[in-house]
Amino acid sequence: MKVLALDSSGLVASVAVVEDGNLLAEYTVNYKKTHSQTLLPMLDEIGKMIELELETVDAIAVAGGPGSFTGLRIGSATAKGLGLALQKPLVHVPTVEGLAYNLWGAKGVVCPLMDARRNQVYTGLYAFEEGKLVVLEDQMAVDVAVVAEKLNALGREVIFLGDGVPVYGEQLKALLKVPYEFAPAHLNKQRAGAIGALALEYVRQGRTETAAEHRPEYLRMAQAERERMARESAAGQERMARESVAGQERMAQQAEAEETHG
Amino acid sequence: MAIESSCDETAAAVVKNGREVLSNVISSQIELHKLYGGVVPEIASRKHIEKINQVIEEALDTAHMTLEDLDAIGVTYGPGLVGALLVGVAEAKAISYAKGLPLVGVHHIEGHISANYIENKDLEPPFLCLVVSGGHTHLVIVRDYGEYQIVGRTHDDAAGEAFDKVARAIGLGYPGGPKIDKLSREGNPEAIAFPRARIEDSPYDFSFSGVKSAVLNYLNACQMKGEEINRADVAASFQKAVCDVLVEHSMQAAKDFGMKKLALAGGVASNSTLRAAMEQACARRKIACYHPSPLLCTDNAAMIGAAAYYEYQKGVRHGLDLNAVPNLQLG
Repeated sequence: MKVLALDSSGLVASVAVVEDGNLLAEYTVNYKKTHSQTLLPMLDEIGKMIELELETVDAIAVAGGPGSFTGLRIGSATAKGLGLALQKPLVHVPTVEGLAYNLWGAKGVVCPLMDARRNQVYTGLYAFEEGKLVVLEDQMAVDVAVVAEKLNALGREVIFLGDGVPVYGEQLKALLKVPYEFAPAHLNKQRAGAIGALALEYVRQGRTETAAEHRPEYLRMAQAERERMARESAAGQERMARESVAGQERMAQQAEAEETHG
Repeated sequence: MAIESSCDETAAAVVKNGREVLSNVISSQIELHKLYGGVVPEIASRKHIEKINQVIEEALDTAHMTLEDLDAIGVTYGPGLVGALLVGVAEAKAISYAKGLPLVGVHHIEGHISANYIENKDLEPPFLCLVVSGGHTHLVIVRDYGEYQIVGRTHDDAAGEAFDKVARAIGLGYPGGPKIDKLSREGNPEAIAFPRARIEDSPYDFSFSGVKSAVLNYLNACQMKGEEINRADVAASFQKAVCDVLVEHSMQAAKDFGMKKLALAGGVASNSTLRAAMEQACARRKIACYHPSPLLCTDNAAMIGAAAYYEYQKGVRHGLDLNAVPNLQLG
C-alpha cells in the first residue's frame, strides 16, 4: 500500500510518499507561504529521487482542513487533479488529527493548536491507546479559554503543538491547572509523513472518497455567508418580536373589550 | 483541454486546433451570488473546488476523450479573483504533472479575444478588438496570435460594472447587463440625455463613472420631485450613452490604426444594442465586424482552449511553479 500525501493547510508546505511501514520520502518547508508555487515542484523533486511511478500509488491523502482557506484549496485542488488523472481514491485526513499523529504514542492528552485568528484556535483533543489514535474531542474552532477549560476538566497531562503555540502559549499557561509540555521543533508543525501514515489507517478502515467528492472542511463559513445569516436571524428575531408585541396588544385590546362588555 | 475559474464560472472544454469546440462545460454560480448582490470571492473559491472535477470529467466525456488523447492543458492564470484562479491552476498543474502533459497558462482577456476564432473560421490577425465585460474594458490591437497592444482602457468602472450598478439602482438586480438590455427594448433611448465621457489626450480611453453617477443623480432628482421614473427609458438612455462611447472610440481607433477588421469580446459583447450599433458603424466604414455567440461571450473554457492552442504553437510552456496572478497584464 503506497500513499502520496500533501499538507498545505498552514505555513508549512509538505509532501510525502509512505509505503506500508516506510516513509520513502518527505519534503517539508516552513518558510514563507508560496504553496501554489512550491507544492508540486516539491512533489516532483521527491518523486524523481525515489523513482516514483505515479501509477503505483494506491491513494492520495490530503490534510483536508481546517487551515488557511487558500492553503487548503491549493492542497485539495492538487489532490483532486492527481486523483482525477491517476484515477485513484483520495483520503481526507482532518488537519488537526494529522498534527496529533506527529506525537504517536505520547502519554497524556495531545492538543494541537492552529492559529485561527480572532483569538480562536483550530484544535481537538487526542490520546493514544494501544497504539491507536483516539479522538477525545473532534476538531473545532474555539476560543483559547475554552481549550483551557476542557483540558482542566480532563485533568490529565497535556502536550501542545502547532503554529498556535507561539501565539497563545502564554495565555494558556496562565489558565491551565494541569501539567503541560510543548512539542519540540521536529514534531510541532504539519508533516505530510504523518498525514500519509494516518491515511494508511484510514484506507484500512475503508474511509476513502473519490477525487470528485473531495472538498476541504473549513470549520468556518465565509464571512459574507456568516454576515448574511446574522442579518437574516436578526430580521427573524425582529419579526418575532413585532409579532409578539402585536399579539400582546391584541390580547390587551381583547381584555379591554371584555372589561367594557363585562 | 482547458480550465477556467477566474470568477464565478467553473468551466472546462476540449478544443481541437484552436477553432473546433469538442465540448464546453460551464457550471455557473450566479444564483448563489445573487443572494449577495455580487460575486463573493471566498464563496466563489469554495464552489470552484466542489465542482471542478465533475466539470472536467463532463468535458472529457462529451468530447469522447480521455486525458491520454490530449496534447496539452491550458488554464487561466490571471487576471481575476486570486482564490478562484488558484483552484483551476492547482488542478491543471496536478493533471499536467500526473499525465506528463505540457501546461499553457492563458491570460483571461486573451481567452475572450480568442473566442472570436471559434465561430469565425476566417478571422485572422491583425484586427482591433473591443473587450467589454464586468471586469474589463479594453481596446486591443491584435497584431498576431498572442501579440497584443492595448490602445484604450477604462479609467474607472468597467462597462459591465456600470451596467450592474445602474441595474441595482433601478431595482433590476444582479447580473445587470442582460436585464438592462431586455428592459431597454421597451424604452426610449433618447428620453434622457446622459453624458458621453471623453478623456482628454487619450481618445481611445473610457470612463463610465460619470454616466453612472448621472443616472443615480437623475433617479434622486426624480424622487425628490416626486416624479414617477420610467425605468425602461432610464435603462435605454443609459445603455445608449455607454454604447455610443464604445462604438465611437472603437471607430476612431480602427481609423487611426488602419484596421479593417473589428471583433467584440467579453460578457457585454452579447448586448444586443452594442452589437447592432457596432455592426452599423462598421458597415458604414467597410470594416468587417465579428462577435462570438452569447455563450462564448461569457466566461468559458473553450475560449481559453483556443488561446492556449495559439500560445502552444508559439512554444509557450509553463512549469509546475505556475502561480495565479490576479492583476496579470496583457501583452
